[in-house]
Amino acid sequence: MDKESIRKFEYIFEIVERNGRSPARLIPILQAVQEQYRYLPEEVLTLVATALGLSPAKVFGVATFYSHFTLTPKGKYLIRICDGTACHVKRSDGLLAALREKLRLRDGSATTPDMLFTLETVSCLGACGLAPAMVVNDEVHGQLTPEKAVALIDELLRKEDENDN
Amino acid sequence: MTTEKLGLEAIQAAYHKKASGLTSRIIICAGTGCVANGSLKVYDALCAAIAAAGLELTVELKEESGGTHVSRSGCQGFCQMGPLVTILPHSILYTKVQPGDVPEIVEETLRAGRVVERLLYENPAGGRRCRGTDDIPFYTRQHRYVLKKCGIIDPEDIAEYIAGGGYAAARKAVLDMTGEQLCLEMLDAGLRGRGGGGFPTGMKWDMARKQPEGKKYIICNGDEGDPGAFMDRSVMEGNPHSVIEGMIIAGRAIGADEGYIYVRAEYPLAVRRMRKALEDARSLGILGDAVFRSQLSFNLQVMEGAGAFVCGEETAMIASIQGSRGMPMPKPPFPVQSGLWGRPTVINNVETLASVPLIIAGGAAAFRSMGTKNSPGTKTFAVTGHVANTGLIEVPFGTTLREIIFDIAGGVTADDETIRNDAFKAVQIGGPSGGCLTEKDLDLPLDFDNLQFAGAMVGSGGLVVMNSGTCMVGIARFFMQFTQNESCGKCVLCREGTRQMLDLLDDIIEGRADSSTLGLLKDLGRCVKKGSLCGLGKTAPNPVLSTLAKFPDEYMAHVEQKYCPTGRCRALVKFRILPEYCKGCMLCKKKCPVGAITGEKGAPHEINLATCIKCGVCIEVCRLKAITGA
Amino acid sequence: MNAKNTMTIDKTVIPIEGEKNILEVVRKAGIDLPTFCYHSELSVNGACRLCMVEVAGRGLMWACSTPPEPGMIIQTTTQEIREMRKIIVELLLASHEQACPTCAKSASCQLQALARKLGVKSVRYKPKQRKMPLDMSSDSLMRDPNKCVLCGDCVRICAEVQSVGAIDFAYRGAQSAVVPCFGRELGKVECVNCGQCARVCPTGAIVPKPEVEDVWRVLDDTQYVVVAQVAPAVRVALGELFGLDPGTAVTGQMVAALRKLGFDRVFDTSFTADLTVIEETHEFLERFKKGERLPQFTSCCPAWVKFMEQYYPELLPNLSSCRSPQQMFGSLCKEMLSAELGVKKEKIIVVSIMPCTAKKSEARRPEFEHDGLRDVDYVLTTQELAQMIDEAGMPFNNFEPDSFDMPFGFKTGAGIIFGNSGGVSEAVLRLAVEKITGARPQQCEILQVRGNAEVRELELKVGDKNLRLAIVSGLGNARNILEKVKSGEAAYDLIEVMACPGGCIGGAGQPVYREQNVKRSRTKGLYDHETLMQLRHAQDNPFVQGLYKTHLDGIGGHDAHKLLHTGYQSRRRSSDEDVPVHTAGSTAQEPLEISVCFGTSCFLRGSQKLMHDILDHIREHDLGRKVDVRASFCFEQCDRGPTVRIGDEIIHKCTIENIEALLAKKKLK
Repeated sequence: MDKESIRKFEYIFEIVERNGRSPARLIPILQAVQEQYRYLPEEVLTLVATALGLSPAKVFGVATFYSHFTLTPKGKYLIRICDGTACHVKRSDGLLAALREKLRLRDGSATTPDMLFTLETVSCLGACGLAPAMVVNDEVHGQLTPEKAVALIDELLRKEDENDN
Repeated sequence: MTTEKLGLEAIQAAYHKKASGLTSRIIICAGTGCVANGSLKVYDALCAAIAAAGLELTVELKEESGGTHVSRSGCQGFCQMGPLVTILPHSILYTKVQPGDVPEIVEETLRAGRVVERLLYENPAGGRRCRGTDDIPFYTRQHRYVLKKCGIIDPEDIAEYIAGGGYAAARKAVLDMTGEQLCLEMLDAGLRGRGGGGFPTGMKWDMARKQPEGKKYIICNGDEGDPGAFMDRSVMEGNPHSVIEGMIIAGRAIGADEGYIYVRAEYPLAVRRMRKALEDARSLGILGDAVFRSQLSFNLQVMEGAGAFVCGEETAMIASIQGSRGMPMPKPPFPVQSGLWGRPTVINNVETLASVPLIIAGGAAAFRSMGTKNSPGTKTFAVTGHVANTGLIEVPFGTTLREIIFDIAGGVTADDETIRNDAFKAVQIGGPSGGCLTEKDLDLPLDFDNLQFAGAMVGSGGLVVMNSGTCMVGIARFFMQFTQNESCGKCVLCREGTRQMLDLLDDIIEGRADSSTLGLLKDLGRCVKKGSLCGLGKTAPNPVLSTLAKFPDEYMAHVEQKYCPTGRCRALVKFRILPEYCKGCMLCKKKCPVGAITGEKGAPHEINLATCIKCGVCIEVCRLKAITGA
Repeated sequence: MNAKNTMTIDKTVIPIEGEKNILEVVRKAGIDLPTFCYHSELSVNGACRLCMVEVAGRGLMWACSTPPEPGMIIQTTTQEIREMRKIIVELLLASHEQACPTCAKSASCQLQALARKLGVKSVRYKPKQRKMPLDMSSDSLMRDPNKCVLCGDCVRICAEVQSVGAIDFAYRGAQSAVVPCFGRELGKVECVNCGQCARVCPTGAIVPKPEVEDVWRVLDDTQYVVVAQVAPAVRVALGELFGLDPGTAVTGQMVAALRKLGFDRVFDTSFTADLTVIEETHEFLERFKKGERLPQFTSCCPAWVKFMEQYYPELLPNLSSCRSPQQMFGSLCKEMLSAELGVKKEKIIVVSIMPCTAKKSEARRPEFEHDGLRDVDYVLTTQELAQMIDEAGMPFNNFEPDSFDMPFGFKTGAGIIFGNSGGVSEAVLRLAVEKITGARPQQCEILQVRGNAEVRELELKVGDKNLRLAIVSGLGNARNILEKVKSGEAAYDLIEVMACPGGCIGGAGQPVYREQNVKRSRTKGLYDHETLMQLRHAQDNPFVQGLYKTHLDGIGGHDAHKLLHTGYQSRRRSSDEDVPVHTAGSTAQEPLEISVCFGTSCFLRGSQKLMHDILDHIREHDLGRKVDVRASFCFEQCDRGPTVRIGDEIIHKCTIENIEALLAKKKLK
């Protein structure tokens, strides 16, 4: 029995209830939902809209406005390369190019086909003292070079292999 | 204050009593920068090593605590040298500490009271090792006022904040002062909003205070989004209670009983610490329905942003808190008249609010004694880019750029990371809303008005130093790209104007510009600046307009000669091998991905420009610096 | 003039008389300050940046959001302002598909007009439009995202005035777009087709879906008898497109034009409006007598009907079952004219001329189609009729007035005033009063129901009865009234709702208006026009009376019901997939499907608890591999929730016991 999907479904209602079914709490609700699903599926957005008494178009509008929300699934490892000023002047573009190459991301796609990695840039992590920096899920890595960044990916891949075996 | 109101004094006494048995204290910086460098591993290693050495260890202060108290702090500012470990009462600051260094610290310093020389900061100018913050120029030249406790106290321990006199100002404000008095105090102090505009805080409060009675709100703007700025993050992570205390006082001043702390989503640690601090304050009766056992209620909650720079704009932030797209509204009405849910609302930035308790506690005059006449007090800056010591600093207004860049930040670094002060080219102040300053502005005393006059702005305080290898057109394009990405899309000038400006900059950088390009760019920039709906749009052209004014030749070179003086603009680069340096080692020929390099071994090579894709690999691999892009 | 309360606009002193913003004062001064995003009935947006003025001593300010202050000295045009406006228009043009000659809005496009006025000779910026597909999915409206200037007028009128929110902004910055939810097509979401979005759209991004080509085609095809029916509101607005003042009745010229265009018969929808009055009054008095299904809601407005079906299905029994006059006309006309002329029904083409876009969708509702034949074949808007007249090069204003054909061209004043908000109520009351009191009052006008307010509530003493009425226009206002009715805060006997503010005279098919006084002139025009009618009571219409004898077996009779009444159905707001909560996975047997409704109403009635109980039951009885459990969004039975569907069976007011019993019955072990 598909416990996972039941849990997720119940979780959405829990989230909506916890927020007092208040339309003003739409953003925290979507944040919590996304934490659960790793993205915002359409049917869930409709569910949230219905439960809050909002028009689905408005919920869609909010979900597409904020860059933290995503309507497509993201990889297990979300890599965000900082392209804030400090990182930019310290050549964060080199990191991006190296990782795109390493992950074989072509034609503007951001997620690897195996759904393991999503590569994005972020305007500033506020870790300017460590420029150039990037975040893997919630962990900040600073003072990177393209080589160090690629090594990090290798490390994650190695871990994945171990888990598989 | 002799009457026992809320037992701050008791908490204070209890804390001091608990701490009295301690022999030493080790503070490990747990700001985002140091954590990224592995400071939490150092923390674990220290705790383990102290216990293993048979020394008494205190992790959490209790009755009868003794020995060494190991605690974590917020950002200590000297991020590049992290992980930072401070040892008291020895006043030693160890830098770049790794778990492997821990046994030595325990044995040498804790047990034997000796300094581990190799972990001290070495002043690059002169190579002298500095023992502690009172010895390191990065710290000695600063004036830490708002940041004073940041990086010392344990941000997750409300008792330590109270023990240092915290929340006394809020209690005084709530129990002994009127809203009018509080507003007057701020006006006397001359505190101006640290979020960018520099609007007098007391005036803002007073406008909201004078609105008809009823529901009012106070919002803390912690949506620090300027790329290159992290002051607010440091305060929220390092001293969250100071922000809450400021909000209580602001709430009292305007008659608000509810507030929001809007924190950028990229700051998970700040969100966690603020939430914890709110909980602790609530459990002590500092927040809640009877603040300091008075009749007043004041409730705060944290609202996590969802990734939109424009939400730093007051009316957009309000829309976001209301659950909508963060799109700004025209002013008037101003938020102080009609803000959150149509009620009078004051929005202050983190640093502003953190200054408030200090002003109430120390008095307006003390505050005025720092800084300049029209910009009293201190300002935090995030100094980043091409400097020796990147990090978070605080100086009185009126300090010059020269002092900041060369004394505190240790000078300008060239592309090879060596300190070469002649490599200084410009400094960008105020992020994507600000402008750049050059050599001739180095002795300008920094304050709100001078900066405005010089074509920049304090902004939230990002200060990015750029060396001579930086292309100013490229920097202008970088900021334009940023604002263009972050434009909410509501008003025509910002949505379409920034897009067209970016396009024009691309033309310049990629060699398509003609004689009309710069004129179009300037006219459009001025129009976007004058006509946009909100601050984001109104300031978006600043980096372009200011670089155009200060580096016209650099623009002209791109436009007329199709030449980038720094060689950073790839499309304009013409790679070329200098025959006098090339020894024909074949390395570049081997590495070139498109086979554009020809030449025999031992003889100077050549690059076929028709095939070259300007990837730059050859420059990187050449050990003889025989390849140039200029 | 009191100097204290004046301001100077372009060297002229203008009094400030309570205007909310400078823009209103500037307009009062007769100056046409450019703006795309200001509408007095909508919230202030400030997006188009065009309405800037120079305020002495303060610099540039935006007129839409700045309150006027006494003593202000304003210039509306300076060199700087001109240059900035030009840049704004150029920026918009650069991101706008410039296919102006072929655009539906070509003649009335505000962007085009402004570019011309400002003397924009070239666009200095690079074209930025991304070609996006047209949205032709709706029967009423056509969306062309390539022409959208993102002023947000449509979004605000849909949400603020109509409380529907079918379209909203999505994405951010240069990617911003106005779209229905999830970027779907308009025809597939909760749009009620009122078309107010098209009315306020300054460009051709949303326009009424044209049917002119189809109509030209049938007019030219001799095998068809092409019949026109013209709604009352059209006659007081059509003239605006030929330079006449709003409210000028051009009935005679209009009929003449229709004949010249080739229509074989020209009839008046007011005739079936008379019929509606009789049927609806009959229905109302029956209900009123029995005290059931009150308040009765009028059903003439198809946007309102769809709104009810989507949001208040539990109140559908209260909606009058009368078809709208347009649809009554269609069914009657095809029935009678085919008999009269001896022509097959499929050779009769009914073309409506309507002030309305929703009528286009109404004509295509499946219940008004039989054996592939629609009761109403094509619906033209007032604008489209004008366009046809224009295309034919006709000197409209010089036409000798002509009169409608009989019998469907004969109407009373009651059928005329349908075009105004309050008109249906007044027409019904003229009959109801007579029925209740047995006598006809001296004055036929019932002035209490008239007025410009969009919500008018009144109590009328009729004989010994008190009639409680609400007259509402604008669906947001309607929603407020419905909520009051549902909560018991207010009680009414009859509620008239028209989706468009002001009623049909303000419909989205009418000539585009910006100033509210245009609507008022049309309203007055229609009331004035009515006074010229010899008969003012629907029941006096001799042709209607005759019809009941010859074709309709009396008022409320079976044939009358078949031809003149209809039914409604609850509708999902948008067609969504259910959410799978539990799936059986691959099994040999087809799993039993259990769907629990999580629509708003069922949700409130406890479907969440029920879902938990069902899942517990499944777990306890190890049914996991035999059932699929889904959360559905609406079974459209909102008054009887929580609703659960198990296999083919639907259980209302469902409890876990019901489900356990049913699962036991189905022998799921």
